[in-house]
Amino acid sequence: MSEPVRFHFDVAGENFVSAGEASAAVKKLLRQLGMDPAVIRRVSIAMYEGEINMVIHANGGTADILVYADRIVIVLEDHGPGIPNVGLAMQEGYSTAAENVRALGFGAGMGLPNMKRYTDSMDIETAVGVGTKITMEVRL
Amino acid sequence: MKIGKIADLLHADVLCGEEHLENEVHSACGADMMSDVLAFVKDQAVLITGLVNPQVVRTAEMMDMRCIVFVRGKMPADDIVELARESGIVILATMERMYQACGILYENGLYHGGVAQ
Repeated sequence: MSEPVRFHFDVAGENFVSAGEASAAVKKLLRQLGMDPAVIRRVSIAMYEGEINMVIHANGGTADILVYADRIVIVLEDHGPGIPNVGLAMQEGYSTAAENVRALGFGAGMGLPNMKRYTDSMDIETAVGVGTKITMEVRL
Repeated sequence: MKIGKIADLLHADVLCGEEHLENEVHSACGADMMSDVLAFVKDQAVLITGLVNPQVVRTAEMMDMRCIVFVRGKMPADDIVELARESGIVILATMERMYQACGILYENGLYHGGVAQ
């Protein structure tokens, strides 16, 4: 398969209630494609964490999922504040989320580490004041 | 353990998913931080929590969980129940507190299962 199957989603910012809709939709679409359930779970958890991050920190963004014959690529892009110190953000337990986010069950500093945990590769391009682009890959 | 037995043991109300009460589940976890559920849980089918918001259902959905138990008499709003119904997830609501609910289920043979690191 040379051309990937593509899915695109706009993630609304500051709408905690609808956060996760794109990830849930991707989960259903991958099921329809007959993908391995373990792969589907890894993709949807990684994307869900990223989606929550975009809602909490970046006022939303976009999510693109590309399904190749041998891998699934997830690209999350936002125009939020950027990540000043990626090394620090990758540490489990480090979080800049506000207290109201923690009260909702998130902001434990596990988002980025979880995204790395569930994918085979993760690349973060970020610039303070410009935005963040995260590209993750799950090999099939 | 059948989901219906969980409801019986916890004297819980079944808010949705009555058609799945005969389904068997083999492990559970208790947590209020959804980030921890996403990080450390593996193959647990039941989520016991005192947190009530739509992201609890989303988290369970992403983790392929089959049942959510809301403790301490917390009642989810209709939109949360509807989200769970669409996802085929059973929602139970019990007056038991988290510690008791976990203890009762553990004592009756519903253990935690594997934990991913």
